[in-house]
Amino acid sequence: MSIIRETKWALLELFPEQKATEAEAEQAARDKILAEARAAAEAEAQADAEDATETGRTAEGDAAAAQGKKKKTLLDKVAEEMAAIDLVAAKEGRLGSSVSETEQKAETDTEAEAVATGPESDDPPVSLEPEGERPHGVLVRDYAKAGIHIDVFCAPAMVADAARILNEAGFTLEAVTGVDWIKEEQMEVVYDYSRTDGPLCRVAVRTRVPRSEPEVPTISEIYPGANWHERETHEFFGIRFQGHPNLVPLLLPEDADFHPLLKDFQP
Amino acid sequence: MTVPIQCAPDETFVLNLGPQHPATHGVLRVKLTMDGEYIVKAEPVLGYIHRMHEKMAEDGTFAQYMPNTPRMDYLSALSYNQGYVMAVERAAGIEVPERAEYIRTITVELNRISSHLLWFGAFVLDLGGFTPLLYAFDDREQILDLLEHVTGSRLTYCYYRFGGVYNDIDDEFITGTREFIKRLRSRLPSLYHDLVTGNIILIKRLKDIGFIDADMCRRYGATGPVLRGAGVEFDIRRNEPYSVYPELDFDIPCYPEGDSMARYMVRMDEIEQSLRIIEQALDKLPDGPVQAKVPKVLKPAAGDCYTVVEAARGTFGCRLVCDGTKNPYRLKLRSPTYSNLSLFGEVAEGMLLADALAVMGSLDLVIPEIDR
Amino acid sequence: MDTSIWQPILYLIGIMAFAGLNAAYLGWCERKGAGHVQRRIGPKEVGPYGLLQPLADGIKLMTKQLLVPQGVDGILFRVAPILAMIPAITSMVAIPFSPNIQARSIDLSVLLIFALASIGMMAVLIGGWASNNKYAMISATRAVSQNIAYEIPMLIMVITVVMMTGSMNLEDIAAKQQGGFWNWNIFPVAGESVAQALIMPVAFLIFFICSIAETNRAPFDMAEAESELIAGHMTEYGSMGFGLFMMGEYLNIVVGACLTTILFLGGWDCPLGLLPGVWWFLLKIYILIFTFIWIRWTYPRTQIYKLLNLSWKVLIPFSLGILLLTAIFIKVEGFLI
Repeated sequence: MSIIRETKWALLELFPEQKATEAEAEQAARDKILAEARAAAEAEAQADAEDATETGRTAEGDAAAAQGKKKKTLLDKVAEEMAAIDLVAAKEGRLGSSVSETEQKAETDTEAEAVATGPESDDPPVSLEPEGERPHGVLVRDYAKAGIHIDVFCAPAMVADAARILNEAGFTLEAVTGVDWIKEEQMEVVYDYSRTDGPLCRVAVRTRVPRSEPEVPTISEIYPGANWHERETHEFFGIRFQGHPNLVPLLLPEDADFHPLLKDFQP
Repeated sequence: MTVPIQCAPDETFVLNLGPQHPATHGVLRVKLTMDGEYIVKAEPVLGYIHRMHEKMAEDGTFAQYMPNTPRMDYLSALSYNQGYVMAVERAAGIEVPERAEYIRTITVELNRISSHLLWFGAFVLDLGGFTPLLYAFDDREQILDLLEHVTGSRLTYCYYRFGGVYNDIDDEFITGTREFIKRLRSRLPSLYHDLVTGNIILIKRLKDIGFIDADMCRRYGATGPVLRGAGVEFDIRRNEPYSVYPELDFDIPCYPEGDSMARYMVRMDEIEQSLRIIEQALDKLPDGPVQAKVPKVLKPAAGDCYTVVEAARGTFGCRLVCDGTKNPYRLKLRSPTYSNLSLFGEVAEGMLLADALAVMGSLDLVIPEIDR
Repeated sequence: MDTSIWQPILYLIGIMAFAGLNAAYLGWCERKGAGHVQRRIGPKEVGPYGLLQPLADGIKLMTKQLLVPQGVDGILFRVAPILAMIPAITSMVAIPFSPNIQARSIDLSVLLIFALASIGMMAVLIGGWASNNKYAMISATRAVSQNIAYEIPMLIMVITVVMMTGSMNLEDIAAKQQGGFWNWNIFPVAGESVAQALIMPVAFLIFFICSIAETNRAPFDMAEAESELIAGHMTEYGSMGFGLFMMGEYLNIVVGACLTTILFLGGWDCPLGLLPGVWWFLLKIYILIFTFIWIRWTYPRTQIYKLLNLSWKVLIPFSLGILLLTAIFIKVEGFLI
């Protein structure tokens, strides 16, 4: 299982609803593919019975031939079937169509086309951007465009839980920063995680807090490196990190009471 | 009237290392609580050269911010150029011609060598050896001349453009670079390794001092030579390939000891690897344009992206948030030494002052980059 | 003319001139030497080859304000630089540059010079303490611990030489080594037994290392480790206060080189026994001083605890062994040949 898929499912622990629907969707996709494969295998078996020559099989095309080779496995054991189906599904990118956000279930057909994972990788496919207000949950992003693999959007209180999950998974914290969305009267806090051991996986955890009451729990106990990043975010945006041991300005003068990166900051 | 030096009841005292101190190489201040010559607690105090580069990004257009990037890490300015340019290219979906990518690789690796050479000199100066600094500056001078020839500036380069580079390289630069590779290769073993690396005093001062292990790096987000000196073979150029690095053959120096000597050796080996990269890139340099067609006013679609490059000191990341206008909505610069320095407090605890300064030197700090 | 009055005045002028010239021009030598070690030219603007540079520096230092910062111990702060300079000049009194050129032949001149050298270290302690600066304070404590650690092996080596000579007068010690390098104490094949000759180079090495440490030179310049303690005990000093400390440092080097020359390198003797005289003495001390400069610009600085370990764990046991062996060789005549 690829690290991105592993991380995604680990992070889905935070969102039981999405996890349930995704698991359901994945199961449904498996069943669908399994049924299709069975049908194909049966059709192939029929074709074999009808035409015993090898030329008949080649005429059916490469995909059918690949599935035909797995014919025996498919028909023998259910467990083995599932594993093989997973592989086939990942190869064809089909599983992805239903592993995406639940909100886009209606658009499964177009999503299947949008999938862009390589044929050899086991990575989960890219989710579509949700329209309108983004719900809490895990998104798989297109690395070439976004530079990250997994994008988590969660409630402020869950930031520390996400950090804990990622810490256990061996992630390192690269940066913490804020974005001031003044039009929406909100402030976003972004945590960038990555791995330094082996395969590449970048995770961004975001949360939004109202501009009037910007409070986020600290993760400096989990990642000591977050200490400075949170201090910096605090002094630039005025976002208070609850439980932070030393929330005094780091780069600005120690008695600074202004927050320069706010969009309505007047020097 | 004589005012005696104030001591706490447990006989510790506070020593302000900096902001003006020969060993901090800039305006870094470390508040040290000392017990005699032993450090009880070390607390870096930043911000003495803070210029709010991130706010400046929001005030101008994408192109207007270019000259700001080299002013953060003035020693490996081209890495910062590259990181920012790549972030904008990713946001705007600009393709870079291959020749431009090769030129970027050659110049950024030259810049990496010059940064490592200056670090080498300054680090040995921290340990009390003055002479290697001047040898390193001699070689660095050659690089500065070469880069001045193509970029027009000697230190704060603003050479890359969205979708290419400002200026094509010419034969003079190519032959000069080849000569420089030959020159540095001949000087590295004698002037650097024989004189400094093999010196018994240097070895005794660096070996088994200032352990930074892989887990500490992970918790603090330390990257670059610090991480590779802790035995983790991680380099963005290899693990998250960009530009033309996948087509070039180079090794990632990695030493498992985790002490100051390991970090020293990583950087010294990186100089050699960078020479290899430049040599190959010069051999493979294709013909073609150096600048893609890019609209005069860039207006990337709304959204955010994150781009990382391997700067001389570690992972330099750009989080660029666009809102569809011609200005960046938000630009977060993740500087490597910021994270690297944050672990200093934990490492320095219980250390002697002189050893702690050697460890600080081995972190390769550039203060304007930390303070931004 | 009554020589008994004029002679001391002449010697005083001579010593002051020698000390002053050395203090000024060793700075120039050091910068030129460092320049050549570092593949650059060094001072060249003021006068031919930058020869007037020390003069310019001296004028600059003297015309600067003698700043006494707030909160320092005023008297001690002013006394310390003078104390750094005076013992080094006074030591010159007892040094025999040649059989004829010596201010006073003192029977216990070895003792006198070491007593004065210790006062020189007091200047560092007083200056560091009176500055009311934490870096200076650390520097002062370092200097004292270093001084104690390195005076012991140094004195033991001197005792070895004194035992071989049977005199504490530097003139006698130098006079005994006349007649070619085979008589010198560094490798006395002619004068002493072979066994004695074999251990003397080690004694010379220990003495030389100790004299580097005693004069606070790199790689043992713990007291003014500029990358750690800024300028150590001199941090708060400016103008001529700083200048006196620097001059004191250079004069200490001269005294150290003179002592090494007299105790181990035969004083004014020519290596081949020809034309002994003051020129040989000067040649030897300047070669030694050049070695000091050469070492300083080549090596990084060591660590204070490694410095003390070197003395207490290596140099002192070795020197005690050498002292014991020397005593045995002298007592048991013809021991091992």
